[in-house]
Amino acid sequence: MNHWIIAPVILPALLAPFIVLVMRHDLSLQRIFSTTGTAVLAAISLVLLYTAATNPPEVYFLGNWPAPFGIVLVLDRLSAMMIALTAVLALLVQLYAIGTGWDARGNHFHALFQFQLMGLCGAFLTGDAFNLFVFFEVLLIASYGLMIHGGGANRLKAGVQYVAYNLVGSTLFLFALATIYSVTGTLNMADLAVKVAELPAGDAALLRVGAVLLLLVFAVKGALVPLQFWLPATYSFAPGVVAALFAVMTKVGAYAVIRVFTLIFPPETAATGTLFADLLMPAAVVTLALGAIGVMGATGMARLVAFAAIGSMGTLFIAVSQFTPQAMTAAFYYMLHSTLATAILFLVVDLVQDRRRDDTLRTPLPPIAQHGLLAALFFGGAIAMAGMPPLSGFLGKMLVLDATRGADMTLIWTAILVTSLITVVGFSRAGSAVFWKAYAITTTQAHPEPKREPLAFGMVLALMAALVALTVMAGPVTAWLDDTSAELFDRTAYINAVLPTAKE
Amino acid sequence: MELLVASAVGMMTACGVYLILRKRSFPVIVGLAMLSYAVNVFIFASGRVAIGLPPIITDGAAYTDPLTQALVLTAIVISFGMTALIVMMALGAFLETGDDHIGMEEREAPPLPAKPQEGAE
Repeated sequence: MNHWIIAPVILPALLAPFIVLVMRHDLSLQRIFSTTGTAVLAAISLVLLYTAATNPPEVYFLGNWPAPFGIVLVLDRLSAMMIALTAVLALLVQLYAIGTGWDARGNHFHALFQFQLMGLCGAFLTGDAFNLFVFFEVLLIASYGLMIHGGGANRLKAGVQYVAYNLVGSTLFLFALATIYSVTGTLNMADLAVKVAELPAGDAALLRVGAVLLLLVFAVKGALVPLQFWLPATYSFAPGVVAALFAVMTKVGAYAVIRVFTLIFPPETAATGTLFADLLMPAAVVTLALGAIGVMGATGMARLVAFAAIGSMGTLFIAVSQFTPQAMTAAFYYMLHSTLATAILFLVVDLVQDRRRDDTLRTPLPPIAQHGLLAALFFGGAIAMAGMPPLSGFLGKMLVLDATRGADMTLIWTAILVTSLITVVGFSRAGSAVFWKAYAITTTQAHPEPKREPLAFGMVLALMAALVALTVMAGPVTAWLDDTSAELFDRTAYINAVLPTAKE
Repeated sequence: MELLVASAVGMMTACGVYLILRKRSFPVIVGLAMLSYAVNVFIFASGRVAIGLPPIITDGAAYTDPLTQALVLTAIVISFGMTALIVMMALGAFLETGDDHIGMEEREAPPLPAKPQEGAE
């Protein structure tokens, strides 16, 4: 048994209370320990990525209880990829937070950050549906704290709304799990896959109810229409660094949909059939359209990026809803791309907000410090997000388009191409309102002094470099992702790893 | 017995949903608590309703499902913690803004709050 599999959960779980208890009054110590912890986590995640790429799915039995009686963690290519993405993004975002002093604007930033990482890594690793719920709660409760970091009336109000929305989501999750448990008598995902396949026809209706409730829960996390209402206010009022980290949180919803609806309820299941694909696809198209319209109509920069994030989730879910290996590869590539692009845009917007002291797109304000550099970074991020060449958004959308040549090709292609155009227009409008029109204002104020924030700018540039690398290395990356989706659709390997005695 | 459990879950869910749809934080929090009670009973019932049976398998004797009892314990702990958290956040938002409406009022992109001093508690 490979004990490193549990390290991404254990490390932040031990580090966070240590930070709270031992060094809560010393910010420098917190910074050193927390950053070191995240760096170690990133290193472990890369090692796990390597082992997952060379081995079949590996299982960690907690307490050495055999599945399906104990809880298992499963490391396969998909979970390893998600953990590596989370850890690398977290490291960059954390250094940005230190570089801009965001972590000093309230208490316990680093402890909450580590708890958030624990929840994210656990959710990606677990092979047990109830354990998935527990890790969702861990990452949510940390995100509640991070969301209101720094305080302020608007942020608190948005925070209460966010918490209330997600508590309803958690209750729904429990209803879904209890319904599925009452039908199948198990919550281990591999065991569920076996039990659902041989379910008597009489129980199919109840199982469908449970499965659709589960889909709704993941749609709340993944900001799928009509359950996306929490996202714009949350992301635009959360601190910029936290919003950048939250870029990976919507991906948890997408990951859970991919995992559950390929492993447990694949389209060939007799009880459910293509029900989920039929529900997901229209919702994803509407999500994409709503995101693009939001980008066009946003009155503030942060809201603009929040709606762009919703739109990107729409594109991602369109690819997922095909449930074919080719479309899944496209979905994975787009997932990597949109996480990085969303994070870049939130960080750039945070830098702009900090200098401009106002978020509005309606009235132009005089030029800000480092005007040209920020404009260039925003331009790069917008190109990536809107899906224009030469960055990875273009390749990601190409892959999605290529993978959706099916019965719904007309609808999907029209939706993706038209919304891309609207997003381009929305971003150019925002960019010209903030960066170009600034020069039209005659002001008596002297041009503001540049703010020295080398670490913060470095991290934005590092994210941008990651995006460029993803573009340049698109060939090898998609080849690797092809193997990942092949492994995902080969359910027997996963099931046999968890349940060595399974008949299937 | 089944009727009693089922109607209890149904009634509590209905009350919970009604209260959550109100716009003030107090009813919403009570509604969330109500929903979590409903789901706790629901999880408990998903292991089949049995009276006076031990959650232990002994030779040949009837037993009740112990797993749902463990699940419900976890769910109770989590919902308890979450309720405490939302009460504190709602109180904070109420004290900060002077009203307890849930949700953001529509207005033009609000000005950002003044940046607090670094290291401020």
